Amino acid sequence: MRKNLNVIAAYSIMMVLIILVGVFQSWNIALSIFNMCLISAVMTMGANIQWGYAGLINFGIMGYTALGGLAAVLISVDPVQEAWSAGGFDILMCLWLIIALVLIIRFILKNFQKSKVRTYAIAVLIISGILLIRFTAEPGIEAIEDVNPAKTGFLGGFGLPIIFSWIVGAFFAGGLAFIVGKVALGLRADYLAIATLLISEIVIAIIKHEDWLTRGVKNVIGLKRPAPYEVDLQTTDWFINLVEKFNSGKLELISNLSDRQAALNQLVIEGSSVFVKLCYSGLFLTVVIILLILTQKALYSPWGRMMRAIRDNEEAANAMGKNVVKQHLLIFILGSAIVGIAGAMLVTQDGLFTPGSYRPMRYTFLIWVMVIVGGSGNNFGAILGGFAVWFLWIEAAPIALFLINFFTAGMSETHALKLHLIESVPYFRFLMMGLGLLLIMRYRPKGILPEKIEIK
Amino acid sequence: MDILNALILLLNYIFIPALTYGSQLALGAIFVTLIYGILRFANFATGDMMSLGTMVTILFTWYFQSLGISLGVLPTALIAIPFGILFMIIYMLSIDKFVFKYYRINKSPPVQLAMVSIGVMFVTQAVVRIIIGPSDQRFFDGEKFIIKAREFKEMTGLNEGLALKSTQVITVLVTIVLVSLLFWFLNKTKTGKSMKAYSDNEDLALLSGIDPKKIVMITWIIAGILATIGGALYGLDKSFKPFTYFNNMLPIFAAAIVGGIGNPFGAFLGGYVIAFSEIFLTYAYKKFFMYILPESMEPESLVQLLSTDYKFAVSFSILVIVLLYRPSGIFKGKVL
Repeated sequence: MRKNLNVIAAYSIMMVLIILVGVFQSWNIALSIFNMCLISAVMTMGANIQWGYAGLINFGIMGYTALGGLAAVLISVDPVQEAWSAGGFDILMCLWLIIALVLIIRFILKNFQKSKVRTYAIAVLIISGILLIRFTAEPGIEAIEDVNPAKTGFLGGFGLPIIFSWIVGAFFAGGLAFIVGKVALGLRADYLAIATLLISEIVIAIIKHEDWLTRGVKNVIGLKRPAPYEVDLQTTDWFINLVEKFNSGKLELISNLSDRQAALNQLVIEGSSVFVKLCYSGLFLTVVIILLILTQKALYSPWGRMMRAIRDNEEAANAMGKNVVKQHLLIFILGSAIVGIAGAMLVTQDGLFTPGSYRPMRYTFLIWVMVIVGGSGNNFGAILGGFAVWFLWIEAAPIALFLINFFTAGMSETHALKLHLIESVPYFRFLMMGLGLLLIMRYRPKGILPEKIEIK
Repeated sequence: MDILNALILLLNYIFIPALTYGSQLALGAIFVTLIYGILRFANFATGDMMSLGTMVTILFTWYFQSLGISLGVLPTALIAIPFGILFMIIYMLSIDKFVFKYYRINKSPPVQLAMVSIGVMFVTQAVVRIIIGPSDQRFFDGEKFIIKAREFKEMTGLNEGLALKSTQVITVLVTIVLVSLLFWFLNKTKTGKSMKAYSDNEDLALLSGIDPKKIVMITWIIAGILATIGGALYGLDKSFKPFTYFNNMLPIFAAAIVGGIGNPFGAFLGGYVIAFSEIFLTYAYKKFFMYILPESMEPESLVQLLSTDYKFAVSFSILVIVLLYRPSGIFKGKVL
């Protein structure tokens, strides 16, 4: 109990902070911060598995998040029949062509000696393959994008419940991680960082511009939800009764009947959105707890010990007969898959998929700040990092506003400097993140909750 | 005549823009490569340092404009750049003193320094956005064109016009002067040679009496000069927007690695490799083929290898290919 005291203390402080937001701002804001904290925690756990367990840098978190989001779209949206009949055949042909191309290249790589001729042959094959695919796909893509472009203009998905996409998102991200890992894992740490960052930019470029698959920058809106809709809740009897029961004390103070009805209506509207957010919180919390149990088990298993051995001394682990390359690839895939789950969760919560919003600042570097601040190699630390940093990210603007008003209290309301500072309040969050990261790196390089390995 | 038209077309839409963009990338890439070679970490704050330098230049430009100082046909920014450089040198040296020095003395692994540079990136970006805001700023004044497309058409009687912006000429000229000075410094002077020695083998360099403090200081000074000039030229030619500068970090990294990281000459050429391949692969050649092919063979489609949406993706793909087949870069830098 005693050694876990700092963990408990840190989490209690975090909870109190969120509750304070609930009391002073509104429960709606507090819950949406809490939900985003949970999603960030999942992302951080993914990055932490790669960085904390194995020492692999992955700056491609943005790409895996976006793929998870894509999974949510492809799973939950109803298929667009017209588009399938217009261009589905061409797209399927392309898919076969891509598979054939990969198989042929694999065949060549396996059966021929490494030589210049082989390299050139593969290069020619890839280029001609890409041209061939483009020519087959073009009419299909145009036909698909012409089907009702204002509303659909893409193939749609499978029309399944969106919850499934959390698993599918993991598989998508894991698949991408397999390819990236094969290509880039041999590189030295900082090159791996740059390479993964650039590859994730390529992924985003594809998601943004292949409209037939993702609608691109036209966004997909109105995705299905695993939680009830607010509008439905507001008209169901049991929910209204529940709200009435919950607030009976407050309502009884109002004597006028019509006033009481109006107050109740207001409460129901507020309550419905809180209730929906609570549903999401429950779902996300389940995911976080399952992942936490799994990752803790993995950390203390023989496999976890092996990963730490590889991280701390690769050559020694190699000499002991551990397959470093294979384990690195495995952990890269696992971590990325977890990030994929988080990506799908994010889109599920928002109910919309906006490829234009995936930016490295928000989805890669911020997540890394969370990992470093929380404590790499410690799952509780990673989750705490996700909570603390996201909380600060959201609350930075109000804090900055307060500080500005405090320090410029002597100036008149229309002073140019004061107005300018208040206008640029949203950017103080970058300043706080940067300063936080620098301070933590300097004075507590292992994070708020450092890695602690007990041998059981 | 048609062949001449086709050539002018390529010159106007591919060669001149690529040369300008390449020069801007090259300056950034040399910056990255120098930091990497001597301080031994990947500097993720590159783009934002360039944007800070540009911002200071812009502020000075506005100040000079308000005083009524101008260079006539040349942009006022040219007088402001030295002040920007001065500010950036002070900034770089203080960042080094308060942030990077601690990790260098403790001999932290490069990854940790890269993480620290992310912290610097956040702070610098915040400062730029707080001071000048996130929106587009144009600070170009003076004569915009050296040759206008219409004048060129009238002068030569060709169908295709050739437009030459003064910023393009300034960019290329400044780059040539700056880079030749830099290479002269690195290859001919004693300090430059000791920098190279330090980059090749730190221990050996220390043994032969090279002062590491001086080397590090000079590296940051050169970095400040390159960041400001590179950023200001980009801003003059296109426009200044903090987000674009942050994004430019990616092709700059690609250029530095493609050219062989730690090798300034490689980085210089790498900038052009990236710029030319981006523009070559995404240009629609339809008009070009209309000029050189007989009418019966004219292409129907745009004859575009990749749509312009994938401009960035091109440079990153080149990077991946280089990393796979020649990890030390085209011009042999440090082996990764």
